[in-house]
Amino acid sequence: MSTRVGVVTFPGSLDDRDAQRAVRFAGGEAVALWHGDHDLQGVDAVVLPGGFSYGDYLRCGAIASHSPIMREVVAAAERGVPVLGICNGFQMLTEAHLLPGGLIRNDHGSFVCRDQVLRVENTSTAWTNGYTEGQEITIPLKNGEGGYIASAETLERLEGEGLVAFRYVGVNPNGSLDDIAGVTNERGNVVGLMPHPEHAVEAGFGPDTALAMRSGVDGLTMFASALRSLLAA
Amino acid sequence: MPKIVVDVMPKAELLDPQGKAVAGALARLGNTAFSDVRVGKRFELTVEGAVDAEVLASVRAIADDLLSNGVIEDVVDITVLDESGAHSGAGASGALA
Repeated sequence: MSTRVGVVTFPGSLDDRDAQRAVRFAGGEAVALWHGDHDLQGVDAVVLPGGFSYGDYLRCGAIASHSPIMREVVAAAERGVPVLGICNGFQMLTEAHLLPGGLIRNDHGSFVCRDQVLRVENTSTAWTNGYTEGQEITIPLKNGEGGYIASAETLERLEGEGLVAFRYVGVNPNGSLDDIAGVTNERGNVVGLMPHPEHAVEAGFGPDTALAMRSGVDGLTMFASALRSLLAA
Repeated sequence: MPKIVVDVMPKAELLDPQGKAVAGALARLGNTAFSDVRVGKRFELTVEGAVDAEVLASVRAIADDLLSNGVIEDVVDITVLDESGAHSGAGASGALA
């Protein structure tokens, strides 16, 4: 029986189909979930995809974080079910208080879209266990409100407890404090990041690498990590 | 019908890129009298019926739970406007974060 990974579609989600595809490339079964339902359909893991849910009204991810399915996602996260929030999904996880900190407008005020180098800082989470500590990966980044912020004491705790999952390398594209690109909860089952691993899962459609144009598939490991951690559980 | 106004601002200690952009535009337009601009949000909630303590308490809760995100923003004022649009004293500024 294959591992079932749910991908929630909200009004304004953009990358839900890409995330489903990434799950399939990693060897899992992708299950489409709907924001208005209270039903996770018994999935083993959940991905909150990127996009502009509810038009980014109020605050990015704020209205989505109060949608019916999010109550189930929060309950599942508290049971230890792996949950990954990508971009808008990361914003939802902070709004739902499943992850610390918040995301604000990029410090330079512009939308940014680039192939971004990240360093994997924590390889003990459900979504990063397939990487090696300190591994540098390249995956696309595209956001207007990706500046990660948190209070000084929260930052100190994140750094002290190793809860920074990914850090920007070379360029800090949005003014994120401590170059933070993604964080995890203490338990390691909930991870959020601004860059898009689901856009780097198939050669020919990923970021450029030294070997060939668009050949980067560094994002695939994130989805494979969750499948692996579920099989090991 | 009375309205309750909720004002939300980005936290003072955090960068406000929107305000920074507006400040840059002001400077380019030759307005040199201003050293800083910060951009916040104003919510106007129209109340069915009278504003009583219960309504005010629920607005305070809504302001904290939905209208603002305490990680990045502060609720700086909650004000009641009567039918004429004038400020009425009841409960104003009670929910300063």
